[in-house]
Parts: sequence; structure tokens; C-alpha cells
Amino acid sequence: MTVYDPAVPDPAEAAAKATAEILESTLRSAARGVVVDSPPGAGKSTLVVRAALELAAAGRPLMVVAQTNAQVDDLVLRLAEKEPGLEVGRLHSSDGDPYDKALDALEQVRKSAKAGDLAGLPVVVSTAAKWAHVKNVEPWAHAIVDEAYQMRSDALLAVAGLFERALFVGDPGQLDPFSVVGADQWAGLSYDPSASAVSTLLAHNPELPQHRLPVSWRLPASAAPLVSDAFYPYTPFRSGTGPGDRRLSFGVASDGSAPDRVLDEAAESGWGLLELPARNTPRTDPEAVHAVALLVRRLLDRGGAAVSERAEEPVPLTAGRIAVGTAHRDQAAAVRAALAELGVSGVTVDTANRLQGREYDVTVVLHPLSGRPDATAFHLETGRLCVLASRHRHACVVVCRAGVTDLLDEHPSTEPVQLGVAVKFPDGWEANHAVLSHLSEHRVSWTP
Amino acid sequence: MSLIAHLARMEAVESGRAQPLATVRHRHLSERPLVLVPLTTAGEAGAPLGALVGTGPDEPRLLVVPQPRDRELRFAFLAELAEEVLPYVDGYADAVEPVERKDPATGEKVQVELCLDAPQLIVPSRAGIEYVRLLGRSTRFRRTAEQDPDTPYPAPPRVPLLGRWLTHYGERARVPGSSLLLAATDLLNRHWATGQSSLEDQHLGALLAWIDPYDDEPGAEAAYRAELGRDSRGQLLCPPAGPATDPAFDNRLLAPAIEAYDRARQAVGAAEDGETADAALAALHRAEREVRRLVVSQLKPTWDATWRALGLLRELPEGARVADRWTRDRWSFTGHRDKVAAGEPPQPRRDDAVTAAAKLAAREQAQGRLDAQEALDDPLVLAGRRLAGEAFTGEVVEVTPAWTEARRPAPRPLLTFRTDDRPRLEPGTKVYRSLDGRPQTAEFVAPEEDGALVLRLLDKMGRAKEPAEGTVPEKGERIAWTLFEHDQRTGPKLPAPEDTPWTHGGPPRSADGELPDAVTPEDLL
Repeated sequence: MTVYDPAVPDPAEAAAKATAEILESTLRSAARGVVVDSPPGAGKSTLVVRAALELAAAGRPLMVVAQTNAQVDDLVLRLAEKEPGLEVGRLHSSDGDPYDKALDALEQVRKSAKAGDLAGLPVVVSTAAKWAHVKNVEPWAHAIVDEAYQMRSDALLAVAGLFERALFVGDPGQLDPFSVVGADQWAGLSYDPSASAVSTLLAHNPELPQHRLPVSWRLPASAAPLVSDAFYPYTPFRSGTGPGDRRLSFGVASDGSAPDRVLDEAAESGWGLLELPARNTPRTDPEAVHAVALLVRRLLDRGGAAVSERAEEPVPLTAGRIAVGTAHRDQAAAVRAALAELGVSGVTVDTANRLQGREYDVTVVLHPLSGRPDATAFHLETGRLCVLASRHRHACVVVCRAGVTDLLDEHPSTEPVQLGVAVKFPDGWEANHAVLSHLSEHRVSWTP
Repeated sequence: MSLIAHLARMEAVESGRAQPLATVRHRHLSERPLVLVPLTTAGEAGAPLGALVGTGPDEPRLLVVPQPRDRELRFAFLAELAEEVLPYVDGYADAVEPVERKDPATGEKVQVELCLDAPQLIVPSRAGIEYVRLLGRSTRFRRTAEQDPDTPYPAPPRVPLLGRWLTHYGERARVPGSSLLLAATDLLNRHWATGQSSLEDQHLGALLAWIDPYDDEPGAEAAYRAELGRDSRGQLLCPPAGPATDPAFDNRLLAPAIEAYDRARQAVGAAEDGETADAALAALHRAEREVRRLVVSQLKPTWDATWRALGLLRELPEGARVADRWTRDRWSFTGHRDKVAAGEPPQPRRDDAVTAAAKLAAREQAQGRLDAQEALDDPLVLAGRRLAGEAFTGEVVEVTPAWTEARRPAPRPLLTFRTDDRPRLEPGTKVYRSLDGRPQTAEFVAPEEDGALVLRLLDKMGRAKEPAEGTVPEKGERIAWTLFEHDQRTGPKLPAPEDTPWTHGGPPRSADGELPDAVTPEDLL
């Protein structure tokens, strides 16, 4: 087990040590599975690529299981970039337009909808959903399961017969998998089909080696302590960069308005809270949506520039480096419409579910509890807030109606405790309070 | 809850009457359902107090357990319940039609039986469904004297079979859109929105007060009285729909009556000569009659309310795709009939990993199918999806023929479509419409400058270069497009239970039927 070891002062050294141990476990341990927990931006994808290359180099036929087609394509591109000589199979669905057209330009990538066509390749990559349909093939010696905490137990059940042993990699703090129908009937069973693949795996195989990546390369020094404390209190991590390694500045000075002031605060401290007056609103709160769009507009208008360890010179903050995160799809749609009205294009606007695994310089977040009369389990889910608060390399601005702290106090968690189900800690209530109390130090109130 | 349901609730508050959420009935209702209104004993899980059961509103059979802590009396109740339920169930087992079906093992087509109709069980409330499950769980592993002569407390002969059927029905009720076992409150809540909270909507009396008030009294007032109104003796005017009873009833009326019954039974046992024995027996009958009278006073209003609910639902015409879902229920019934006939052991206490995953997959598929079918059957449900940006209706304003650029060009006509809805479309989004009951796919190409949408038709136009007649909409045609698929894809095949992988604990230990828990000194019931 990798431990958080403050005695290792250099983050790069700590990360390298953890990676070496993980690869050692994966390649040489007798255990059938190895589990790696990775906090946001800790180099999970890099680890997956490295482990894949080492396994391929060791001559072990490897299958890689990812959760979405975008993740699969991304992985194949990374593998091809890192090791152009390696033959990679991309197993895809038989629907139209099943994979990223960029793969067509790569000679070493073979694509097929049939697993049989890709037999014998050192690495074959596909989604869990596609792998589940693969039958009657020789099992692979090794598998890498990416985003294993977002994979459901029943999806693992459908593919586990395809491999002898596996490396499971994922972020336990992100959103849990869910089901559109009730699954309480199986709550507490070790193989509850609606639980995450990792919880089933560990319930049946508690002796498997578990590792942890200790350094977040994405989160700035201003964000890592908060995210670590609020969402990973027992498995802390640190940022790979120190205070001052990342800076955000604007070419155009503030016009003194609240949106500009909160942007300045966020550029300075990494966090900003734009607080609108308390009110119960529909989900697509027009004022909050407009505030989000206006913040994005001002971010672009003011000519933001980001200084980081990646480049010598400040890099201009473009639309592609900004994301807006919401809880619901209709909120995302409303923000997109508001942005279009302000003439902004190219900014990613999506729900927490779809932002998982993505990285931006600046994020603007519509708080899941803003304007709500109640705090349901959906809106309190720890993973949702964690995803929204951990996508940024420089700064995160949250837009929220006042009064969420009171709302939380009126709605303590009342989820029934099921026998045999590990209680998740911290719960969403606790995590929300932790984040809000931190944000309140960076608050700018605004009455639009 | 969807936006349109919120609106309906607000309208209900404003008008004081429930508002429709559907224009057709979305669940199958049998011609002759078996209504079961059970009551349970407070503080004794699984100890039934009584039930009304029957297939017609005027002919309920009353079953009462005068002393619920007495195992013999409880077994007598279950035996009587089995006598009501099992002949009703068996009545549907023999009328069958031959159907061709793919054998899952060999993949070849075989002819199998499918029951023409299936028995339908109706309970008043969701707690009633839970109680059916509980009865099933507590009886299906019981051993009869015939099965096991040494069993300490043998169950009456048909009781374990009753437990298996109740378990099957309880499990089937978890499948979205299934109609084998339904709760009257769920049925009403699917079709009407009231002006009260969804918690209050679980109260059958309050629900009917909104949907079908006796006079023009506003729903909120009538519901308030149904929930809380009490008579001069402190008893609820509208007893709860069970299976739990009202504590005031338990404490003031039921408990003294059961005590009187116990005393009368003791007196019968203590009687030393014929004369006192006769008198004691008469007293015992009087005491039992009193318990029955009390129990029926709690059951009858719920019984009537349940039939009233069914009457209201029968006034709605059945949705076009309800029959499709009922056919799946008939398969479910036929399948369990065959399992019982083949002498298979009762359903295990817990699902194994593969069964659990298969059930979850089937239910998710059923949920998707239900959502799509309800929207296609009912313009009011479709309106909700349109409001959510998941569907849009409008008019074809132009049809432009176009073809693929392959060696054998296939038709891909472009439709210009005008709608006032605001669907969540991005270029490439697939949309579907119903073409003679089968889904036809199109993809969204781009919006026109005037707001009209350009769609490209993708399939169902035949193999020729020119699209088959009637497959391409004409100018002026009104169409409802959905962003959700009409049919559900079948999920992947899971491994057999004996091939359960190491990640899920390997194969389950024993495939044989499980034995009931051993009786311990703590087992009071």
C-alpha cells in the first residue's frame, strides 16, 4: 500500500515512487488484481498508458476497458503518440461513426467491430459495453480497467471472463455509477449489480494490493488542499506545483462590477464565489444562468493569460480552456443558449457526469444547490461537487444563490443506512459545508 | 418530477381538483382482477390480522385471524388465502396459445405455450405490495407434513405454493410497466396529479378525495378529512389502506376484543361439564365474531375505495402499447407456471450475482421501453417530453430528395421541418418517429435561418434507389419526432451462474433449493 509520506519532499519523486510500485505490483505480483486510486488530475491516464506499454513490452496480450468511446479514442491516440511502433486494436461498435476519425490517420491502429479481427494484437482497446458482447475468444492474459469506480458491478461481471488478471484504475471521489431503476433489493450484497466495480471486486478479493497516486498535477496549490480535505480526508494528496507556480492575469483592468471583482479574486486566490440574493428558483434560474454566461464573457473580454509550469510564456486564456459545469442537462442547455446570446462560442458547457476526467484552465460552476428549496440525495452527492470543484488548473468561480448553508442545515442526510453497505465518508452534506465555508472567504455579492 | 407534472400539481392546488396526467390508461386492467386488501398486526411483522379477497366488488371473502400470535390460526388464515388465490391463478394456467420462440440454449425455433391471459392481483397501496412480498418470503420455504414428516410445525399443504406465487408476483411488480401486481395508489398517481405532497399521495382515501370527490368539496379539505377526520370515539373516518392499522383502533378496540377472545378460549379449555362447555363455546363464537366485525370495519372502506379506483381507471381507454407489455407479463406468468409444474425449488432467498445483474438489466430495459411507449401512446405524456426538449412535433414544409454517395446510392432525403418546440438538438443527433408502429430514424443536420430544422432520413426506405412508397413524409405532414429510441437494445449476454468470474466471488456454492432457517428459542411466532 502506498502511503502519504510527507518525508518525501519532492512531489515528482513521490509520484515516481508510487508509479514504480504500481508497475511492480502489476507486472510481478501474484495477485489477480491491482487497484489504483487516483485523485483528480494525478496522472491516471499517463499511468494507464505506461502500464499498457510495459505489459505489451513484457509480451502479455492486453485488453483495455474504458467507459466511453471518447475515453477509448483518447487512450488509443496517447498510446500511438508514446509508442508509434506498437500495434493497437480499436474494437468499436457497428453503429455509424463509431470512433474518432483521427484514428484513421494512424497506420499502426487497426479498427474493427469484431474482436476476432483484432486477435493477436498486443493491445486491444474498447468500451466496457462493447467488450460485454465479445464471446468465444481466447481470454487475454491481462486487462486494464480505466475509470473503474464509474463502472458498474454488472458491467464488470459481463467482461471479467475475458481476462486472467487486471489493473483497476479510477478516482473514488467522482460520481458513483447509478441505475435508472431501484436496486435497493440488492443493497448490502457484495455483488450488488448497481454498485461500483471496485467495491464488488474488493468485497470478494480483499487481499488485492491497493495503491494510490499521491500528487495532483492538475489542481493548483490553491485547490489541492481544499479538495483533498473536503473529499479525500483519509487519503490526502498534494499538488504537484507550489503556490505562485501558476498565475492568472488579465490584460484589461476590472470595470469595478461584481463579475469583474469575483474574477480578480479568483485570479488572485484560485477561488471565487459570486453570490446572488437568496431566492427559490426553477432549475434553470435565469439570473444565475445569465451570471454564469456573463462571467465567461468577461473572462474572454479581459484577455486572460495563464502562467504555468507548462510554458515559458503566459498562454492566452481561450474559449477552449474554459468550461462551465452544472448539475442538470437543462441547466447546461440554458447556459449554452445564454452564451450564444452573448456571442460566445467554443466554451465547454456540460454536466458533472460528462466533465469527469476533463481538464480546463478556468471553470465556472453553477452550484448544484443554488436556488433549491430542498437538498436531495442527487444534489448532495459528494462526487458531483468533487467533479465540479476539481476540473481546473488555475481558478474556479462558483455562482450560487445565498442561503445554501441554511438549506443544508435544514436537510441533514436522511438516506437509510443499509446493512452491509459501507457508509461513504465524507457524505455530501459534510463536503458541501467544507467547500462553502472555504468559498465564503472569496465571496462577492451581486444583485443583478 | 417533470415540469409538466409540477404544472399539473399547481393547477390541482388552484382548482381543488386532481388534474389528468394521461389521456389513456397506461396499465393493463384485467376483466376479473383479484383484489387483496391485507391487514397486519401491529408490532408483529408477518403476522396477518385479516384480509378481504375476491374478484368482484360485491363478493369479498373475509379472512380473519382472531389471535394473530397463534401459529395454528395464522396457518389456517394462509390456507384459506391459498384456497382463494391458487384456484384463481390456476384458472389461467390451461388456456394457452402456441407460440414460436427461439430456444435460448440451442438457438433453434421451438414451439412453446403462452397463456392467453394472466391472473392480476390488485392491492390498495404500495405497502400492500411489500406485504405480498413478505407473505411470499415467510411461506415459500415452509415444509408441509407431506414434504417432511419430521418438520416441527408443518404448514398446510398449499401454503408453500401460495408463497411461491406471491413471491413471483412481488418480484414482477418491480419491473417498470408490469401489471401482474399493481397498487391502486400507484395506478391513480400515474394518471392524475393532486395538489398534495407525494407522501400524502400514498393515502388511498386522500387521493380519491382529490380525484373523485363525492360532492363539490375542494380536494384539499376532503383529503384533510380523509387523513385526519375522527368520529366521536376517536376512530378514523377513513381507515388507512393497510396493511398497518391505526393505533387508536389497535389500542381502544382491537386489543380488548382479542383479550376477550383469549379469555373465552381459556374458558372453553377450563370447562368441566357439558353445560359450561356449551356456554363457553357460545362465548368464544361471540368473541370471535366481535374481532371479525372490528377487522371488517377497517377493511371494507379500503376494499370499496380500491374498486372505486379501478372503476375510475376503467373509464380511460387503454393505451395502444399496453397490450405489448401485458404480453410480457403473460410470458412471466407462463414461465413461472412451467417452473412450478417442473418441480423446481422455490425462489432462492437471495439472487446470485448473475441473476441480480440480469434482473437489473431487464428492469432498466423495461423502464426505457415504458417511457418511450407511454409517450408514443399519449399526447399528454408526449407534451411532457416536448417540454423537456426530448421530443418535438411540427410540420414538414419541404422534402428534398438526396442520396448517399456510394456506388449504389441509397435514398437519404432531407426534410425541412417547422416546430414551435425547443428540442435539445445538436448536428448529428438522431431522432425517431413511428412509421406504422416501427421506428424510422433521421438525423438533425442544421437549423435554417428562419428557425426551421433540417433532418436527414436514414432508414426504412427499402433497398431500391427510390424510397418505397409511404416511407418518406410528404409536405404538410405533421409528425412527432422523439430524441429517445422507441425500442430498447437487448443487453449483453451474461455468463452462466456456474461461470461467475473471480471478481464476483466465483460460482455460487449450492444450486439446490435453500432450506428455511432453523427454529430458535427467539422465534416467538
